[in-house]
Amino acid sequence: MTEAIALLLAGDGETWAIIGRSISFSFFATLFSLFPGIPLGILLAWRPSRGRRLAASLVHAISALPTVVIGLFAYSFLSRSGPLGGLGFLYAPAGVVIGQFFLATPLVVSVTYAGLSRLDGRFFETMETFSASMPYRLFRTVLEARTAILSAIVLAFGRVIGEVGVSMMLGGNIKGSTRTMTTAIALDAAKGEFQRALSLGFMLFLIAILVNIAVNGLGSHER
Amino acid sequence: MKSSAIRTLLSLFVCLSLPLALGAQNSQTTPSGSPRIKLATTTSTEQSGLLAYMLPVFEQKTGYKVDVIAVGTGASLKIAQNGDCDVVLVHARSLEDAFMAAGWGIERRDVMYNDFIILGPKSDPAGIRTLKNSKDSFSSLAAKKAVFVSRGDNSGTHVKEKDLWKLAGIVPSGAWYKEAGQGMSQVIIMAEQLGGYTLSDRATWLAVKNSAPRLSILFEGDKELLNPYGIIAVNPGKWPHVNAQGSKALMDFFTNAEGRALIESFKIGGDQCFFLL
Repeated sequence: MTEAIALLLAGDGETWAIIGRSISFSFFATLFSLFPGIPLGILLAWRPSRGRRLAASLVHAISALPTVVIGLFAYSFLSRSGPLGGLGFLYAPAGVVIGQFFLATPLVVSVTYAGLSRLDGRFFETMETFSASMPYRLFRTVLEARTAILSAIVLAFGRVIGEVGVSMMLGGNIKGSTRTMTTAIALDAAKGEFQRALSLGFMLFLIAILVNIAVNGLGSHER
Repeated sequence: MKSSAIRTLLSLFVCLSLPLALGAQNSQTTPSGSPRIKLATTTSTEQSGLLAYMLPVFEQKTGYKVDVIAVGTGASLKIAQNGDCDVVLVHARSLEDAFMAAGWGIERRDVMYNDFIILGPKSDPAGIRTLKNSKDSFSSLAAKKAVFVSRGDNSGTHVKEKDLWKLAGIVPSGAWYKEAGQGMSQVIIMAEQLGGYTLSDRATWLAVKNSAPRLSILFEGDKELLNPYGIIAVNPGKWPHVNAQGSKALMDFFTNAEGRALIESFKIGGDQCFFLL
């Protein structure tokens, strides 16, 4: 273990570039997933009905799909022989971010929904009686659900930075372009270079802890 | 307090990711005439270190940047057929010929060869060390039901392995025959862990043998075990977006005097891995 850390500290530029790339891809995928994710979560929770509860279960199920399945769907669209092939996103950073976006979005929807469902039902009624503008209502709801939204962000970021299926399938593990921490770990382990794999694994662990501490720090001021 | 924590978190993210995001922007694919070339190839050329040895020279000289997607021969050709790469460097002549015949490639050139070897535990429970050819070795492995780890991924090595079973008149099946579906070095590590045999190209073995101390070469040198590599440029008539100029430049590099000299001088621990055709 100490050897793994020493290796990391002495790390070549590529090791740090891989770490930065992982964080960058996951940051953007998570960020983009908030735009459809939060409004959809709010929409589902706004006026509970059987249809909306059903839709929520569906989103919940999708958010548990294996990453390789999501990767495969995205692959078939992004390949040159698929409908969106003209964009040239396969085996490029954009492909990884798109794949990770589809991993993150259902998670953001279902965690936002779950958080809002726990709110007092009168909150929405009150909102409706204020004949306030739609953007204002949305704003108030987001403010009310901020704890849930924060945990949605952490969970989504955690899921995408730790996944290997989408990154490998859509990125192709290209050195200097789409090689991320998880695909590098897979490659190093495959080559029997367990020390290097371990040092990256340790770094991944560290990032997970940091993100959690940061967000718990935010959450602790809520109550 | 809370807002400062939010700000710290946000600025941490932005600082870490913004320059990288800009870098990522630059590495987007662009239409032809582009400085990037996508090369789909076998795990052996990548994992042995040959590409890391040769490509920087090519990149420095021409200004192209080569994106390497290391899969297997079967997958590389499939990726090329789907138009998702510009050029392939592979080793399974039968698949390459079929690819050319179907019009997916515009030009194929011979590049180099290395050879396959049969690896196994030093104790050699199937007793193949003393046998004379690869056919007898494979027969003995099946007869003794010695653990054999197969690539199982339609890679060039897997295609060769299937040919060798066919040559020995055997359809391998049973608990002793394990289809891993993974790259060459993973499979060597698996054979090491399972105390089994496997078929490998020499270059990958040399690159990973320090991680597999219980294995050694038990059979080599049969002419059935020669492993020639070819480079094929994807046909721009089928996929107009491919980087035809780039593929041509890369093909030239692999087959001209400079590239050939690099192939010959590439050594792992003092051993030459790839030989010129």
